[in-house]
Amino acid sequence: MSLLEIKNLKVSINNKKIIKGLNLTVNASEVHAIMGPNGTGKSTLASVIAGRDVFTVTDGSIHYKDKDLLSMAVEDRSREGIFLGFQYPVEIPGVSMTNFMKTAVDEHRKYNHLPALTAVEFLRLMDEKKKMVEIQSNLTNRSVNEGFSGGEKKRNEIFQMAMLEPTLAILDETDSGLDIDALKIVANGVNKLRRADNAFIVITHYQRLLDYIVPDFVHVLFEGRIVKSGGKELAYELESKGYDWIKQELENQ
Amino acid sequence: MKAIAIVPEKEKIIRLFEENKADICRNDSPYLTALRLEALKSFALAGYPTQELEEWRSTNLQDALAEEYNFYFTPSEDDVDVREIFRCEIHNFETYLFSQLNGWYVYKQAPVTQLPNGVIVGSMAEVFRTHPELVLEHYGKYADVENNGFIALNTMFAQDGIFIYVPDNIVVEKPIQIVNIVNISENIFLQPRNLIVLGKNAKLTLVHCDDSINHQKSFINSITEFFVDEGAEIDFYKLQNKDYLSNVITNTFFHQKENSKVNTNTLTFNGGLIRNETRVCLCGRGADAKVYGLYLMDKEQHIENQIYINHVAEETSSYEMFKGIIDDNASAVFNGHIQVHRDAQKTQAFLTNKNILLTDTAHVSTKPFLEIYADDVKCSHGATVGQLDPEALFYLKSRGICERNAKMLLMYAFGAEVANKITIDVLRNRIDNMMVMRLKGELSICDQCVVHCKQEEKLVFDIDMSKL
Repeated sequence: MSLLEIKNLKVSINNKKIIKGLNLTVNASEVHAIMGPNGTGKSTLASVIAGRDVFTVTDGSIHYKDKDLLSMAVEDRSREGIFLGFQYPVEIPGVSMTNFMKTAVDEHRKYNHLPALTAVEFLRLMDEKKKMVEIQSNLTNRSVNEGFSGGEKKRNEIFQMAMLEPTLAILDETDSGLDIDALKIVANGVNKLRRADNAFIVITHYQRLLDYIVPDFVHVLFEGRIVKSGGKELAYELESKGYDWIKQELENQ
Repeated sequence: MKAIAIVPEKEKIIRLFEENKADICRNDSPYLTALRLEALKSFALAGYPTQELEEWRSTNLQDALAEEYNFYFTPSEDDVDVREIFRCEIHNFETYLFSQLNGWYVYKQAPVTQLPNGVIVGSMAEVFRTHPELVLEHYGKYADVENNGFIALNTMFAQDGIFIYVPDNIVVEKPIQIVNIVNISENIFLQPRNLIVLGKNAKLTLVHCDDSINHQKSFINSITEFFVDEGAEIDFYKLQNKDYLSNVITNTFFHQKENSKVNTNTLTFNGGLIRNETRVCLCGRGADAKVYGLYLMDKEQHIENQIYINHVAEETSSYEMFKGIIDDNASAVFNGHIQVHRDAQKTQAFLTNKNILLTDTAHVSTKPFLEIYADDVKCSHGATVGQLDPEALFYLKSRGICERNAKMLLMYAFGAEVANKITIDVLRNRIDNMMVMRLKGELSICDQCVVHCKQEEKLVFDIDMSKL
């Protein structure tokens, strides 16, 4: 059984077709990288998996752990182990990171019939995960992403991922805007969370990230379809040649 | 105890005054009677404010004023044991507690209490007799009967209320708490009148809780005047948690001298029709006013906050922030008017009103307004009306938080900005709890003062860890 099975997915927004028949299979323990020029549907794919309702799925199916993902509520997808690392994490003034994470962890545990963590257990968990992603600041008193630098926001996404321990994490351009040190911290966090029973989809523009998070598969998304798949070598090829040769190949077909 | 029941139409209420003048004025000094008669003239001329007046455009009082209410001109000997109502105390919230029941000062120990530091707290009716020199200098001096018919009406009829005097240079360490309870098994019309006088460099924290226990129609028309002398500071918290049958008109006046500070926060959690009018006069150089408010309204409730800030002297400053969450068919009105006089140079005035509408049928009307006659000032004003941020909602839900809790977190965060301005920790935590209960729809009309209610049920904010 594969973890994620996307078949012939077609997605549009305001009648504009964005994803035009996409197929993708992700198994446990795998890391998939999705690359491709701007505006080809990478973020849309991530959003649809997470359940953002501005998009309309016009055809196809997504199965996750053999369940129909598209009929699940956003929060249930998360509780079932799906995590989206946002490209642009939202600032939420007044909601403290602690309240936010406590609520999220509580709801996850309740869904999975686990007893709620005590305050002490929870704070210990926060501390442990903070160390993992090298967050020094005291999150307790800070509002979600408010006043965070670009790097802090991305690190905060990885922190949340560490707290929720997803089965399938989708990182949407988590590397963009990061300096090399922050990039290493983010990649490190991901590598520490890799297990035999979970999987990652990493959306990125740059091969650089893939030096640190080594993918099992690289897919090129172009005009709403996966037009090329390969191993990690494909990322190097894209880095040196750009996307034009792929467009050329497509035209020649 | 004699109750007179009438529909308070203009002519009828004037006749009511004429017929009961002897009772109403029985303890009056000549000054007070003269003031009543002046107010009568003013009311006879203007009557009740109508919706034709710009400032009353959204205040529909027709139904409320068409009801029959009981008027009392002598204190009632009610069978409610006040000590029973106040049996529980909030932990660590030590206050000097004074109360009004059905508009009358509850004597508890004495009609007038003098604390060892010289602070006087007592029944308005009594202090006219015991401390006329303290009262007459300020009573009716700030509440101008020409302002509106309700001020005139209160001035005509007012017989009791709470008086507080803090002498020069006295800092009252423990907050004073006033609990205003309506508990009577019939419709009632009340007109409490309070006066708070702070001497030079005096300091006071005052918590005013408005509650109702009865489930009868009530109309409350109250006036509170504050005189804040040079260098004095007052923190004033007003909590309103009334039942749906309450109509509440409050008029609050702050008269501020040089370098005085006012910090006021009005928190409205429930009510039928509530209209709070606050007038701040920054009359002395360097005076500063911070005026905050939070309203959480649902069902058919109506809330209005009308705030007038008058920068008369130079180098005065004001900061005003009101926030509201409106649900169901509820409606809210905010009118923030800042006036900067020609001589009030170097004034700083900031005003903001933010609203969240939760339904299509909720209604808000907001009007921030600056009127500036000085040329060297720093002023800003703004208002927003919107919904909960869908991006933020999605973000929270994508972490496994259900819609209801996600909304709760956002609404709580929205309101907390105002609640966080409360400087008493115990009170702030308590208000925090109340706000969460209110947003969850679990805060009903308390049977007791909001700060005292339901202590036996332990209140725990199940998602708040910030106090660890």
